[in-house]
Order: sequence, then C-alpha cells, then structure tokens
Amino acid sequence: MESRREFFIKSFKGLCLCAGGGFLATLALKADEGVFLRPPGAEDEERFLSKCIRCGLCVKACPYDTLKLASLLDAPANGTPFFKPREIPCYLCEDIPCIKDCPTDALDKNYLKKENGVKELKMGIAIVDSASCVAHWGIQCDACYRACPLIDKALKIETKRNERTAKHAFLLPVVDHEYCVGCGLCEKACITEEAAIRVLPRNYVLGKAGAHYVKGWDKQDENKLKNVGTQRKLDDKKAKDYLNAEDLL
Amino acid sequence: MKYLILRRVVQILILALFAFSAFDFILKGDLSSSKLFSTIPLSDPFAVLQIYLASFSIDFMALLGACVVLVLYGVFLGRAFCAWVCPVNLITDFAAFVRVKFGFKSNKSLVLSKNLRYYLLILVLILSFTLSLPVFEGISYIGIVHRGIIFGGASWLFVAFVIFCIDAFLSPRATCSHLCPLGAFYALMTRFALLKIEHKVSKCTKCYHCVSVCPEKQVLWMIGKESASVNSGECIRCGRCIDVCNDDALSFNIFDLRKKDEK
Repeated sequence: MESRREFFIKSFKGLCLCAGGGFLATLALKADEGVFLRPPGAEDEERFLSKCIRCGLCVKACPYDTLKLASLLDAPANGTPFFKPREIPCYLCEDIPCIKDCPTDALDKNYLKKENGVKELKMGIAIVDSASCVAHWGIQCDACYRACPLIDKALKIETKRNERTAKHAFLLPVVDHEYCVGCGLCEKACITEEAAIRVLPRNYVLGKAGAHYVKGWDKQDENKLKNVGTQRKLDDKKAKDYLNAEDLL
Repeated sequence: MKYLILRRVVQILILALFAFSAFDFILKGDLSSSKLFSTIPLSDPFAVLQIYLASFSIDFMALLGACVVLVLYGVFLGRAFCAWVCPVNLITDFAAFVRVKFGFKSNKSLVLSKNLRYYLLILVLILSFTLSLPVFEGISYIGIVHRGIIFGGASWLFVAFVIFCIDAFLSPRATCSHLCPLGAFYALMTRFALLKIEHKVSKCTKCYHCVSVCPEKQVLWMIGKESASVNSGECIRCGRCIDVCNDDALSFNIFDLRKKDEK
C-alpha cells in the first residue's frame, strides 16, 4: 500500500513538472513576431521599454478601453500597453488622459505641452492596400476618408479617370505621412472583410531618403549647397583600367 | 489562526480593490505603480530603481510613489509586502501546504542558497543598467500573476502553476525565500523597520513549532535561547509563528525601544 501511494505521488509530481517545463519551453520557443501599436507618446520603442513600469494606469485612464496590457502570449513585451485599431482605435482625446496618468514618463509628457497636442502624435501610419480597397476597383466608398479625424490633411481623396467605364472617376484614399497620427479610425471604419487600410508602426513602413538630396523648392534645403566643393575629381585612367582589366565577367 | 485569516483577508481584499473598476477611486493600477484614492502615488521602489538605472531619468510621480512605499515598509512594516500583499504568496503558501499534506516534506530535489536572491538582485541591477531595460519587470512572475488576476487573461495561470511546481516538488519555499530579488530588495531596505516579532524565552517551552512553520527559518535563531526581537530584515511578518505558539512566547511588537527600557 505504501509503495502504491508513493508511486502515485511520484507520478503526479513528474506530471506536474513536465507540464510546467513544457509551458516554459513553449514560451521560450514562441516567436514573438507581430505588428502592434503603442499608446500615444511611445513612438521610440527603446525609450518606452526602458521606462514603462507596466502598471496599467494608461489602460485604466483610456475612456474607450482602447489599450490592453500584453499577456505572455501577446506580441509586445509582457505587461506593456498596446492596441489593435481594427478592434478599438485611438479616439485621440484632446487632453490625452493616458499620457497624463503615466507615472514614469514612458508616455512622453511633452505631448501635453505641445501646441497641437494629439495632432502631433505619431503612433503609426495608415497604409492602403490598393488590391482590396474597393475604391480602387471603382466602387464608391469613402468610409476611411470620412472617419479620419484629420480629414483632408492626413487622408485625402484623389480623383482619377476610370478608363474602364470612361465616364466615372476613381475616388482614391491617399495618406499623407506628415499628418497621419496612426489613430486607426480609418482601419476601424473600413468596410471590407479585412481592413484594406491598415495602421502599421512607422518604422515598419517608412523609408528614409538620406540627407544628401536637395529639394530645389525648399529654401532651407538650399543651405546644404553652401560651402560645397563643386570640383569633381575624376580619374581618367579609371574607366580604361576597368574595361581593360579582364575580370569583367 | 487569527493572523493567517487576517492575512488572507488582506491579500484578497487588495486584489479585489485592484481588480474591480468599481473600486478605482480607492486603488487604481497594479503592484508596480498605482494610485491610492486617485491622489497618493504608490510605486514599486525596486522597479523605479531599475527604471532609473535603465533610463537615467525618473518622473517625479514615480519617485514620490516609491518614497511613500519605501517609508511605509522601511520605517514601519518591514518585509510585510511579501506576506500581506504579494499574490505569489498565496501560491507558495499553498505549495507549502501541499508539501506537508502529501508528506514530501524532506524531499529536496534542488538545494538553493539563501543568498542566491541577493546575487540575483545584484544581477538584475547590473543587467538593467547594461541592457537599458528594467530587467526584472520584464520577467517578473509577481507582475504576471498580479496583472493576470486584475486585467484578466489565462496565461498567468501557467506561470502560477510553474511557481507551484517549483515550490511543491523541487525545493521548499524556493520562490519567495531563495529566488525572489524583490523580496531580497525589501529585506535589505527594511532592516530597521519598527514592527517586529518579539520572543520571550521565559515563556518558551522549546516545542519549535514556530521554526517548523516559518518560511524564513534562519530569522528565528533565538527561539529557546534568549529573549530578543527578530531583527533580520528577512522576516516577512506573516505571524505564522505567533499563530502556532501555544505558550504566548511570541508576539508582534512595534515599540521595541520602549519595552527594552522597561526590562
């Protein structure tokens, strides 16, 4: 009897330890790729992660229940706030209560002082998938355009002749990256089964042209041309050497 | 039993105050940082220290909150956070209970040093500085369990289960008194707190019930030897020893200094 009891205890123990170890292994193996948006004022992910105390006060402060705290199985680091615009977008409260309630300045308090407040936020950027946007098919829809809180600034309608019918116009939504704050109201409003306009983190989407290009129409940019040596130093022999060297192919 | 029941009531009450948004006006946030009555900030001083090391700047509210908590525990309550507030204590106490009930009391698969938590504490602080991340906050099982309870979700249950397994099957009281860097931090910070357990040797019958239930046995070195207060910061003020003592030899004592003069 004693040995049977011992056997059950040992098996139970082993079972529990295997289950626990298995769970830890799953966590370790989980690839936490996934796109998510941070709350207002958390553009710089590195700065945000170094300051976020993971208290959830921003989640509680949000009047629309937009923000969620990541659990272990969500893509962002555990306990940090994020939101999914297709479910609940950010409604851009004028007084930004989530930033106000953040105890550690992880959500940048400078936005509370800035002149344009919420309109200067950069949570993400909206991207239109022209393949599934019905406006691009020629069906009239301006749901995202109407939903945009920065209508005609962040989201504009571009008209284009519809060659197929030859008498209609395409009304195409176009995002201006300088104004788009990434609130996700357009993604929420999109009528297609899966949103054809999506808000993605800016660093996933935006490129960078580099500082050496000069915009001729920008007075400030012309300053780059001051004190620039215009003398190009060309090596005459270089081209010949290149052609004569036999390692062309 | 009275302190045990009182402790469970306090633990569950605090969880309830955090969890239901109807009580937001009393307590809002979680154990890392919260607001009491929407005005008094409370912050985990260990988390604030890590954030400071990680980012070299700290918001005034967080600092103030950390000071409030630090003064509360450092001056008055000692390491009571571990026994009266921390939700992980519920799990580890349950694991200890299972250990006794199932009778694998002496079964130690893993022998850990009591000082391991201090090394982990130093490691956490160094890593926070070098990685620019509040390292323990990222992996904190206390945070995971607490947030899991108050914000919902299921994955925390598995973490709770793993903690239970470690404590019940691998090493007794491993999580709280051998591994937890937060406990170590509080032990260091609350070395001189006023609330203490007092032992009167004249009443002690040397049954050692108190030592056998104590989660931090090393702090009760004086049992049966001399009248003294438990001065170690490692005592979590759970009151278990007082509960089991049939001889009235142990009691909570706040004004240690005054009593000493009377003797």
